[in-house]
Amino acid sequence: MAESAVRMTGVVKRFPGVVANDGVNFEVMKGEVHALLGENGAGKSTLSNILTGLYRPDEGTIELDGSTVSFGSPRSALDAGIGMVHQHFRLVEPFTVAENVILGNPETPFVIDTGSTVERVAELAKRYDMAVDPNAKIWQLSVGEQQRVEILKVLYRGARVLILDEPTAVLTPIEAEALFKTLRAMTAEGRTVIFISHKLDEVMSVSDRITVLRSGRTVGTVATKDTSTRELAGMMVGRSVEFSRAVRRNPGVSSDVVLSLTDVNCNDDRGRQALHGVNVTVGRGEIVGVAGVAGNGQRELAEVIAGMRSSTGGRIAIEDKPVLNGRARAAIAGGVAHVPEDRLHTGLAAGHSVEDNMALKNYRTPLLSRFGLLKRNIITTQADDLVMKYDVKTPDTGTPVRLLSGGNVQKVLLAREFSTNPKVLVAASPTRGLDVGAIETVRERLVEAADNGVGILLISEDLEEIMSLADRIVVMYEGRLVADMPATGATREQLGLLMGGATLEASR
Amino acid sequence: MNSNLFIVIAASAIFYGTPLFFAALGGVFTERSGVLNLGVEGMMLIGGVTAAWSSLHVGGSAWFTVLVALCVAMLAGSILASLHAFLCVTLKANQTVAGLSITIFAGAVGLSSYFANIWKVAEDPVTRQVRKLDVLGLADTPILGPLFFNHTILTYLSWAMCAVASWYLFRTKIGLQLRAVGESPQTADAMGINVVKYRYIHTMLGGALAGLGGAFYSLAIVPTWVDGMTKGAGWIAIALVIFGFWRPGLTLLGAYLFGALQSLGTVLKSRSFDIPGDVLDALPFVMTIVVLVLVSTRFAHKRIGAPAALGVPYEREER
Ligand SMILES: Nc1ncnc2c1ncn2[C@@H]1O[C@H](COP(=O)(O)OP(=O)(O)O)[C@@H](O)[C@H]1O
Ligand SMILES: [Mg+2]
Repeated sequence: MAESAVRMTGVVKRFPGVVANDGVNFEVMKGEVHALLGENGAGKSTLSNILTGLYRPDEGTIELDGSTVSFGSPRSALDAGIGMVHQHFRLVEPFTVAENVILGNPETPFVIDTGSTVERVAELAKRYDMAVDPNAKIWQLSVGEQQRVEILKVLYRGARVLILDEPTAVLTPIEAEALFKTLRAMTAEGRTVIFISHKLDEVMSVSDRITVLRSGRTVGTVATKDTSTRELAGMMVGRSVEFSRAVRRNPGVSSDVVLSLTDVNCNDDRGRQALHGVNVTVGRGEIVGVAGVAGNGQRELAEVIAGMRSSTGGRIAIEDKPVLNGRARAAIAGGVAHVPEDRLHTGLAAGHSVEDNMALKNYRTPLLSRFGLLKRNIITTQADDLVMKYDVKTPDTGTPVRLLSGGNVQKVLLAREFSTNPKVLVAASPTRGLDVGAIETVRERLVEAADNGVGILLISEDLEEIMSLADRIVVMYEGRLVADMPATGATREQLGLLMGGATLEASR
Repeated sequence: MNSNLFIVIAASAIFYGTPLFFAALGGVFTERSGVLNLGVEGMMLIGGVTAAWSSLHVGGSAWFTVLVALCVAMLAGSILASLHAFLCVTLKANQTVAGLSITIFAGAVGLSSYFANIWKVAEDPVTRQVRKLDVLGLADTPILGPLFFNHTILTYLSWAMCAVASWYLFRTKIGLQLRAVGESPQTADAMGINVVKYRYIHTMLGGALAGLGGAFYSLAIVPTWVDGMTKGAGWIAIALVIFGFWRPGLTLLGAYLFGALQSLGTVLKSRSFDIPGDVLDALPFVMTIVVLVLVSTRFAHKRIGAPAALGVPYEREER
């Protein structure tokens, strides 16, 4: 019988308005890769933040190697040998890799000896087969490399239990493979790995045992060899899910182009080229899915079309009429609607009321204002209608949107964007972070809009989403569109390869 | 320009630049920890008035009195800074508002003037001053003398501090961790660094240095207490932190540049050049505005490396 490394019993953590962990039981054995599986919002990150001392549990006990512990801070958890690679990296961007690795380590001497630190970090990286230059600055690294730095950090601190929170979310399939090898090398040395994910396939391929969380509760723990993706999916969502293509009343017409980009270039915030000669068209009523690992130019693509970022070359046209470069108002006037990735801060004014947010796009029209004065009563009526139509759950239209849940925030945004009768909608990760019910509603709205003739550019990392909604799929890799194909012919494997930089021929 | 005039201006640039450097170096420490301190002017004035009082009332040898006065000024500055840290770090108040309130509360016609009134410090000139030294008897050497061997002890101290501060920030573990706290408190926290402690300590250190800068006005430059005697030096110091890219060495150079602008007026007037005094007095502030405008451009902000978490309170259980 294997020894227990970590045992968490009856863990409860409440946040204002939500119980993120509701009596979680979780036990991990020494030397295993133990997957923690659950949908977005199931409470996985919260549980691991409790284990690493970042949050204090409201109830429950934690045992490490059989004895009860209580971590007041990340430091005490680190000292006890628990290290975490966060979903959102905790790295100091202007620092070098080596500086990040030694940060906070009690064994670092008062006067830093850069030479020997660099050497030791390089050695450690080599031992686990992780290619990364200790002298490079973090901001110069790819996401995959940054993740390796995160892992090096906890290994350098001598962690015996490593927690990785959705480590593959930002990786290409090839980088993910390399990560799995590193994890194996670590368990072979007797370290314990807790691998958090909501992706069934990779959990099946990397773990020894799996614990499934649902709505903050433990559903159960199973040995990987005794289970199947289907069973796991059932445990995860509480009902068996079939992934199916959306039903369309009016399939889109690719030939009747509403949005066209010709050789579009643009730079990212650092001034490096983010888009390299992008060509893409969206037809009337067509949904074009843009697949790709985040950070390959998707955000810049969306912003350039929405007029929030200036292109440095090329042409963007709506129904063949060029749109003024880098002018959001021109894009709106031209008929572009935009659901940005960061909906609460880029898409909406978080502190403002639901009704004000809903009026944000057409308050200038004679319908909502005259002589620069707002017609408040009409704004309220309009908002009431939209709240009903889009089934937004809010106490009233005067409530600030930041108080709404994620799904309802997204509904407010969609309601506003569609209220301007757009010709084109650019939607960036429109369902990320939403619960299952809200995801369904959002997807239904997108399909409905397409049926009514709106051309939709759907940017998403979620292949399932793209494959079930899109008529046509393009793949983005390093700022270029590397493939353009009808959705019906595409397979997950092929898309996965393309997203990882394989050529179209090689992916067939 | 006449080389003699140039030397005079350079020497007095160092003199006037010294308190600016102290206050700005304090700002470097504070801002490196992620706390913006707009209360520098207030802290300087509190330092100035407490130093003046101590110099008038503490007995013992002249050296001892001056030493005590400097320590008292630093203590006063850091107490005021601990209030700022309490508002910004513990209560997570808006740092701009907190800093401005401190300057208004403690600055000219505020607490410093009140203390000056009840202690009656303005009535007597300060006799126990921080005086210029004749180091190794070389003060009268042409050119090198006025530049290097004829300064107050505080100027020499500031040079040492500049070197130590660079070493501390960029070579030691604590410096690395301090910069991490200012760049990404989330990261620092996750690595077991006590963000609150680092912010308190370096905000208070900043206050102590501002107090020391203030003491230089009442014990060396003026040298007596005059209401609002720093005349906006605290604001120049804040601009200097940016001008110096949060680095001690560049901040020192910047301080001397502003010191030169300040001394220009005095020197040129004494040589009866025909430039209106008000124009000359305004020079450092015009320069401050120019610097701040330049560095506030998008381009500059991306390049010059302001601590990324500057001005942002850190909250752990927040997303
Ligand atoms: N700091 C926080 N404040 C408020 N609510 C939170 C916080 N962290 C998580 N939650 C909520 O707790 C629930 C679980 O979140 P999380 O642990 O991040 O889930 P997962 O990692 O499984 O996606 C979600 O409903 C989320 O909105
Ligand atoms: Mg999570």
